[in-house]
Amino acid sequence: MLKVKNLKVRVEEKEILKGVDLSIKQGEVVALMGPNGSGKSSLASAIIGNPKYEVIEGKIAFEGKDLSNLTPDERANKGIYLAFQYPAAIPGVTVREMLLSALRTRNKEVIVSALDLKKTVEIEAEKLHLSTELLSRGLNEGFSGGEKKKMEILQMRVLKPKLLIMDEIDSGLDIDALATIAQNVAEMVKEQKMSVLVITHYQRILNYLTPDVVAVMKDGVIVEQGGKEIVDRLEKSGYR
Amino acid sequence: MRYAKKEFKPEVIVEEFDESYKLGKADDIAYSYKGERGLDEKLIREISAMKEEPEWMLQNRLAAYKVYLSKPIPTWGGDMSPIHFEDIYYYLKPAVTEKKSWKDVPASVKETFEKIGVPQAEREMLAGVKGQYDSEVVYGSLKKTLSAKGVLFLSMDEALKLYPEIVKKYFGTVVPMGDNKLAALNTAVWSGGSFVYVPEGVDVGLPLQAYFRINSESAGQFERTLIIAEEGANVHYIEGCSAPSFSSASLHAAVVEVVVKKKARVQYTTVQNWYKNIYNLVTKRAWVEEKGEMRWVDGNLGSALTMKYPSCVLAGEGAKAEMLSIAWAGKGQHQDTGAKMIHLAPNTTSQIISKSISKNGGRATYRGMVRINKGAYGSRSKVVCDALILDEKSRSDTYPTNKIFEEDVILEHEAVVSRVSEEQLLYLMSRGLPEHEAEAMVVNGFLEPVMKEVPMEYAVEMNRLVGLEMEGSVG
Repeated sequence: MLKVKNLKVRVEEKEILKGVDLSIKQGEVVALMGPNGSGKSSLASAIIGNPKYEVIEGKIAFEGKDLSNLTPDERANKGIYLAFQYPAAIPGVTVREMLLSALRTRNKEVIVSALDLKKTVEIEAEKLHLSTELLSRGLNEGFSGGEKKKMEILQMRVLKPKLLIMDEIDSGLDIDALATIAQNVAEMVKEQKMSVLVITHYQRILNYLTPDVVAVMKDGVIVEQGGKEIVDRLEKSGYR
Repeated sequence: MRYAKKEFKPEVIVEEFDESYKLGKADDIAYSYKGERGLDEKLIREISAMKEEPEWMLQNRLAAYKVYLSKPIPTWGGDMSPIHFEDIYYYLKPAVTEKKSWKDVPASVKETFEKIGVPQAEREMLAGVKGQYDSEVVYGSLKKTLSAKGVLFLSMDEALKLYPEIVKKYFGTVVPMGDNKLAALNTAVWSGGSFVYVPEGVDVGLPLQAYFRINSESAGQFERTLIIAEEGANVHYIEGCSAPSFSSASLHAAVVEVVVKKKARVQYTTVQNWYKNIYNLVTKRAWVEEKGEMRWVDGNLGSALTMKYPSCVLAGEGAKAEMLSIAWAGKGQHQDTGAKMIHLAPNTTSQIISKSISKNGGRATYRGMVRINKGAYGSRSKVVCDALILDEKSRSDTYPTNKIFEEDVILEHEAVVSRVSEEQLLYLMSRGLPEHEAEAMVVNGFLEPVMKEVPMEYAVEMNRLVGLEMEGSVG
């Protein structure tokens, strides 16, 4: 599904990623762990095409196709979705309006009914225990940390990507919220064969969403890759 | 910062705007009367005679002409130097006279109305339709239900003929001829415009709509609108403007007077989308009596220069006034808009919410005044002016003035200038929206607090216009 090969990325003249190799298969859950500042979030930014992250070497391929010339929206429409660590607020635009535009842009042939979408969004909100009052507010405007994270997952559920990247989704979430989110993601993995890249500093979320592969990043490179046993070891001895 | 691949779209420039401007070119209309260019006393007498006006109106016009000559052209606000007052036709009369039924309207006129949506409005059971073709109303319809309620909705010319005593009682009382040079000019040469009279306790219910249109090169349009809401009456009047393309600057200098009696409520909604060579210099004012409520909703999208500051005089205790406005300043445009709230009586409240967007070198100016007189204790006023600047070339200025002569009052003022952030664009693009759509979405969200007060059909049209303008910004 996703193949990152010898990826070197620069932000404002500073090299952040120094040759990253990482593969994710369809329906696979990959955990990317590592200390703060190791480059985990930068990898997410590079994959979605954030223009601040300049690829200087290597490449990112999605379903066998090189992504380097594609804008963020083109990548999104190929099925890549990032649940942001700090989602931007869009005052005056409801999540429904945004999703309606996104769905209509992606598939011009299929007529997306606003009414159907409204129902879908309400059902998903309920599954995430997200107050429906938030649905008619400006997106992420004055939302709490937990509400923002849930709204990211809600959008993902509606857009049904092939690859979900979760950037520190567990930060600032209580256990119940975390379990709810993990369950909603796990369902998509099972039913849609969605691939997931879980970027996290802690193992907490991995108790609810079992990874198939665990990769450890340090100073801009992947230093270790293996199974779930890595998580347990890191839990005991920390990053060294 | 730019995204990896730009979407190249032809830039919409003013000269080529026709292609995306669905109302297209000036229609071919026969005029039964087209005077000389320029203005003198003789022309004013001719206009008045042709309209068979009462003597007092002629004298009023002549007096206003003297005031007009005595006042200098304003040097503040926008640049009015491209207006050549001597080159303007001050009076044009279409060859067709007012028709009562839609069937009688000539095909060419119908076609134009088709473009500006009059039949649509009919189908949608709107209360009444007035279209203005240059200086005369050529088509007007009034639903029977309105007449049954005693509501008068006519052109000003008709009103002067049929109800001279009401016109005489209120004409020039809210906006006196000496108010400013353009108001004096309007008083001297006015033609057309709407007259609305709502009797005591009557709620009109459906909005009254008027479509205005300038249809001749260099045709000055000086319509005059007068709205009177008697005690406890309620009316919503909608003025939507649109004009076809011209090659030389055309002047539009309207005067709107609104009288809101005790406990009456009036909303006046304007969608101004003049073609981008029009000078739109408008004086709008409402007089609000005890517990009356006035609300201006004002969208300014078109014109080369708009100078418009709708005002409310809060004359009676407990009166309320509100101004919600949107200004869009694109390439070659200057929107110099704002509001004036004058509190004369105790416990009066006013609110101004102004949203402006400037793009492609456009300039948006907020110019507003809140005045609270001695004795207007317990009054409150809130001013919010937000500006969104979409690129480095564009400009936004805010000139708020507060004159407070009473201690026991509350005045709030907020002003925020912002840009569409890179984070917002990336966020929306990461959901699959192309850059220009992402930007348009942020812009529409910014305008939402005002848009939600505008009737649906207008909001949709404005959203579409914003989208159209945004497309030109990519690349």
